Amino acid sequence: MLETLLPILIFAALALAVVGAWRRIRLWRQGRPAEVDLLRGLAAMPRRYLVDLHHVVGRDKVMSNTHVATAGGFVAAAVLMILVHGLGLANPVLGGLLLAASATMFVGSLFVAKRRRNPPARLSRGPWMRLPKSLMAFSLSVFLITLPTVGVLPQDAGSWVLALILSAVLVWGLGEMVFGMTWGGPMKHAFAGALHLAFHRRPERFGGGRSTGLMALNLDDSGAKLGVETPSDFTWNQLLGFDACVQCGRCEAVCPAFAAGQPLNPKKLIQDMVVGLAGGSDAAYAGSPYPGKPVGEHHGSPHGPIVAREGKALVDAETLWSCTTCRACVEECPMMIEHVDAIVDMRRFLTLEHGNTPNKGAEVLDNLIATDNPGGFDPGSRLHWAADLNLPLMADVKQADVLLWLGDGAFDMRNQRTLRALVKVLRAAEVEFAVLGVEERDSGDVARRLGDEATFQSLARRNIATLAKYRFQRIVTCDPHSFHVLGNEYGELGGVYEVRHHSTYIAELFEAGRLHFAPWKGGSVTYHDPCYLGRYNGEYEAPRNVLKALGIQVAEMERSGFRSRCCGGGGGAPITDIPGERRIPDMRMNDVKQTGAELVAVGCPQCTAMLEGVVDATAEVRDIAELVADALVARPAAAAVDAAANKTTAEEVT
Amino acid sequence: MRPEQQGVDVAVLVSVGRHPITGRARRADQDARGLELALGLERQLPGSRVRLLHAGPRGEESESALRGYLGMAAGAGTGLDTLTLLEQAEGSDAIPALAQHLAAAPPQLVITGTRAERGEGSGLLPYALAERLGWPLVNGLAAVEKVENGVATVLQALPRGQRRRLEVRLPAIVSVDGAAPAARQSAFGPARRAELEATPVAAEPDQELAQWQMAPARKRPKRLKIVKAASARDRFKAAAAKAEGGSGQVLEGVSAEQGAEAILKLLEAEGVLR
Ligand code: SF4
Ligand code: SF4
Repeated sequence: MLETLLPILIFAALALAVVGAWRRIRLWRQGRPAEVDLLRGLAAMPRRYLVDLHHVVGRDKVMSNTHVATAGGFVAAAVLMILVHGLGLANPVLGGLLLAASATMFVGSLFVAKRRRNPPARLSRGPWMRLPKSLMAFSLSVFLITLPTVGVLPQDAGSWVLALILSAVLVWGLGEMVFGMTWGGPMKHAFAGALHLAFHRRPERFGGGRSTGLMALNLDDSGAKLGVETPSDFTWNQLLGFDACVQCGRCEAVCPAFAAGQPLNPKKLIQDMVVGLAGGSDAAYAGSPYPGKPVGEHHGSPHGPIVAREGKALVDAETLWSCTTCRACVEECPMMIEHVDAIVDMRRFLTLEHGNTPNKGAEVLDNLIATDNPGGFDPGSRLHWAADLNLPLMADVKQADVLLWLGDGAFDMRNQRTLRALVKVLRAAEVEFAVLGVEERDSGDVARRLGDEATFQSLARRNIATLAKYRFQRIVTCDPHSFHVLGNEYGELGGVYEVRHHSTYIAELFEAGRLHFAPWKGGSVTYHDPCYLGRYNGEYEAPRNVLKALGIQVAEMERSGFRSRCCGGGGGAPITDIPGERRIPDMRMNDVKQTGAELVAVGCPQCTAMLEGVVDATAEVRDIAELVADALVARPAAAAVDAAANKTTAEEVT
Repeated sequence: MRPEQQGVDVAVLVSVGRHPITGRARRADQDARGLELALGLERQLPGSRVRLLHAGPRGEESESALRGYLGMAAGAGTGLDTLTLLEQAEGSDAIPALAQHLAAAPPQLVITGTRAERGEGSGLLPYALAERLGWPLVNGLAAVEKVENGVATVLQALPRGQRRRLEVRLPAIVSVDGAAPAARQSAFGPARRAELEATPVAAEPDQELAQWQMAPARKRPKRLKIVKAASARDRFKAAAAKAEGGSGQVLEGVSAEQGAEAILKLLEAEGVLR
């Protein structure tokens, strides 16, 4: 009896899956067009899955092995099942393989079940709680129905009652695994995830690459709506990406805004986009809500607004404005979903079309438009802090080895100390540098992250035009935000530069023997990785190398390197200032406290401001440039002779 | 019986502003507050209509500044997507053009800033317009409370946060200053999509202005407040205290000469005139 029933069941499930897939694809295609190389993407997909995705999943070894066993077992079992039971190729070798595959999958599903016994808060419940049982139902029933094929059990073992029960269990398993994959069950992540990897909007991220710059908004068409108002305003592959979410909550666990009790949870945000793309309410969501916002009160549709001008729609504006664009969620997401892109897309609409940037947002943007700096200071006073330093101006020298980009920290008294220290270091290393002085403008970082793409592009274009007047080898800056924008975001607008963070440049100068330090005499030190230096630009080593060169042994915080916790200062978050239960910088200073460090070294004016703003802090906040400047000593006599000799040879060669 | 509360027809006069630090063209602060007031009125009295009016030359810089006002109407449901530009050559007198346009299709309420940020900036425009049109004028408006049967109840801002409630028969001109609610953010998208409806008007060159000499303004002298305080509390009290005239003198029923003499004496005593 099973021989007739099985092919029917299997092919019925497959047919239904195809119908479901088609419907799902139609949902994604509501999105705007995007340029994607479909064939190349599909060809690259297996590698992206096996290498890049598992590189992220592999950070959690147990879960990674569980997934390999379950998913690998399932794929093998499904293919073999179609051959053996669907097409009737009842050959013992295939049958044996099928037994092995389903057994592997069963073992995997035991681990999934164990994980689900006391799931951490970040995991979603709801339908996800039945997944281990469904996995077991599938693997076990496939295993059992395959036993007769390999002759372990006689063909007509057991009664028809048993066969019926077995088929019922198989129907459950097939329903979850094959039908549910395309009709919106937990297994949807496999189908959507595979295609998402193939058609990812940032293919550069695969194969060890990095792609963190926001993409420019086309402002040429003056009639076009700017930014994302409704779910269908996302590009189709963004919608596909949202649909790939497995609700693992890794993003939630690392999100500083969520931890601070601000109304943001990146996982919920992605799930809300899924709700929006299919239409409906968020009532079925079974994970942690946005702090302070009960589930079930929001609803949306593909062509309805995401943020209502008044009242509630799919997401509240303060959810979007809570994000610090720290990219921790993107870094942790095993499905490589791009949360920050989506958030900025929606902010663009709120700022450019609604004119609704909260709190100080409007004022800062007006200042940027009128004075080219967020504080509304007289642009002519950008160099006042350096009145006594006699800095060479690009306008005078026209060319220099290094263009020192000051950033808006030039208007901030705290950051001016860092800048003065950096100038001292550059002079000690005899670097030939110059500054733009009053010709420099804000890089556009804050405007862009507040969604004001028009102001960003205006600032960027004028900066690019200014930079084009001069010749320099590289730009050096002590501001990771300027570093990121100049290095990764100006390129699309025609400004391609070699940009270095000051820590990188100081590390190079030290390597080249151009800096000499007195040994460190202070207490213990920890280092805070700025998001825009670390996760955005992959620079984790240089600052640590500089500290090592100073003779400092860094007492690492638990969350450091690519897992560093944001200071709360990015993405315009201090400007939009969405209230939470705690403050992000307080949490970060607490991390510092736990290392017992007396000093936290930073490499970003924003981080300095945020961390120094913490009351009753246990550690002092110093920029790396300041530490280096304090430790400078004249080069030892012998080394000086050596260096001089080297210099001569170098000159002879060139 | 519900009092008759129906929409009003509002015209907001807007000018091209000038940023105090960089001198870049922008929406003028007071005019933008005027528009904010009008948009608030529209919310309060459904059926109101707001139009924007500017008299002056058309140029790239001034156009983007004027669009700044249009960006404030983003989705306010106002249909405020045009601005009427009475196009005149640089240096023309705006008052006749505005008066003519307003008289041809009189609104019930004209809102304007108190003083322009560029050009003469004399603050006389509302008065000159009121005189030409023969309409009442209220300056320093903080809020419009209600409009009933052709009479508006408004709050006028007085120094130190005081308010005076006034009733004014429409049509009227009101001017706003820094006491009016701050203008909302201007959104780039709607600003860029909105239209400027340019109507060339006869330009009367402003003869007087042509004879003026423009020079950058000097900071006005400010009286130093010398505080002799022993404790922090005294210093705080001195800082928070209202400026006291002290030896002030009220002159009533004196002739113009006597008044002028008194003023002259005071200026000499203060060392302003030597
Ligand atoms: S967005 Fe990514 S990290 Fe967050 S729950 Fe979904 S799959 Fe996990
Ligand atoms: S970028 Fe940072 S703050 Fe924003 S959602 Fe992701 S983790 Fe949260």
